[in-house]
Amino acid sequence: MKKETARTLRAFLIELAVYAVLVTGYFFLVLHFLGEGLHQLEVRHRYTYAGVSILLIIGQAVVLENVTTLLLRLIRGRSE
Amino acid sequence: MFFPISGAHISPIYLAIVGFLIGILGGFFGVGGSFIAGPALRAAGLDWNFAVGTDLAHIVGKSVVAAKRHRALGNVDLKLGLIMAFGTIAGAELGAQLIQMLKRAGNVNFVVSIVSITVYLGISTFMLWESRKTLSAQKAREQRGPVKGKTAKHDESAFEHVTDAIQRLRLWPMVSLPASGVTISLWVILFVAFIGGVFSGFLGGGAGYIRMPSMVYVLGIPTHLAVGTDLFEIIISASYGTFSHAIKGNVDILIALVMNTGAAIGAQIGAISTQYFAGPKIRLAFVPLPLIGAAIVIYTLVTGHKL
Repeated sequence: MKKETARTLRAFLIELAVYAVLVTGYFFLVLHFLGEGLHQLEVRHRYTYAGVSILLIIGQAVVLENVTTLLLRLIRGRSE
Repeated sequence: MFFPISGAHISPIYLAIVGFLIGILGGFFGVGGSFIAGPALRAAGLDWNFAVGTDLAHIVGKSVVAAKRHRALGNVDLKLGLIMAFGTIAGAELGAQLIQMLKRAGNVNFVVSIVSITVYLGISTFMLWESRKTLSAQKAREQRGPVKGKTAKHDESAFEHVTDAIQRLRLWPMVSLPASGVTISLWVILFVAFIGGVFSGFLGGGAGYIRMPSMVYVLGIPTHLAVGTDLFEIIISASYGTFSHAIKGNVDILIALVMNTGAAIGAQIGAISTQYFAGPKIRLAFVPLPLIGAAIVIYTLVTGHKL
């Protein structure tokens, strides 16, 4: 049981490190390019901005959930 | 990092950490966590209107991740969540209208503060009493011998007699919820959702601190399913709130997207952790959350500073 917990914890920490690198890249690349476009949309087309905002936050959540699940599966698979 | 929509300079690492912490709470308790996210965004220098709207957008993303994970664990009653979404949206509209009425009367801050303190303290006190009573009864039974068929999701409550009486109400149409193992009047479900919605519109946030306990005590939904279903329901109602705030210019979606990167991990940890705790223990651990909310409101009321 303790061995299993240690393995889960190690897999989680590796996942966290890999995820942090991915997220940092995401901050600087994607958000940098999205920022100005979304700002213009918010100023000029408020309703479109509202719809795009919901699509973006749901889309990102689905992608991140899949990325974290995949990472955990890959890392666990290797550590076993 | 500069966020052009709100014109704020906020560290993305700070946002991701706040998102991560709220994600854990959301995944474990099925709450939006706006009582922490709102003040955290304010503390970072965001205007109050952006803090409220952006928080709602972040709640949508975090709830998608947590609800997806809870669904994989069999903790989401889709039928119940969809029905409740209607009641919540209607209630939220009424709550927002009440706020407008109080604004015109000129005493909105005082009334909202007193109502929220009363509600938060009431929920915490009741849940503390109920979960402790249930856990004591369970302990006494276990000392007499092992309980057959007991699993982590098997739920018991010291309030069960009232829940049973509510479920026996034959107000047509009756709705069968096979995922939750409950048959109950549609009006009771809508009423619970409506009240949650009123508080959501009145006090802000997703009002999971009211809806999750109501689902357990009034509808008789097992705690694990109440957490997962509440998150699913929050996706719909918070999306509606996000849209409404976005057209009023209160949402900085870039901040919400950054917060959500932390929340994605936190929400999964919270959701998976529920599997290791029985219903009454989750409810007992829930007790401090409304107290934090009450403490923030009391601080605001006494000092006049909005956190």
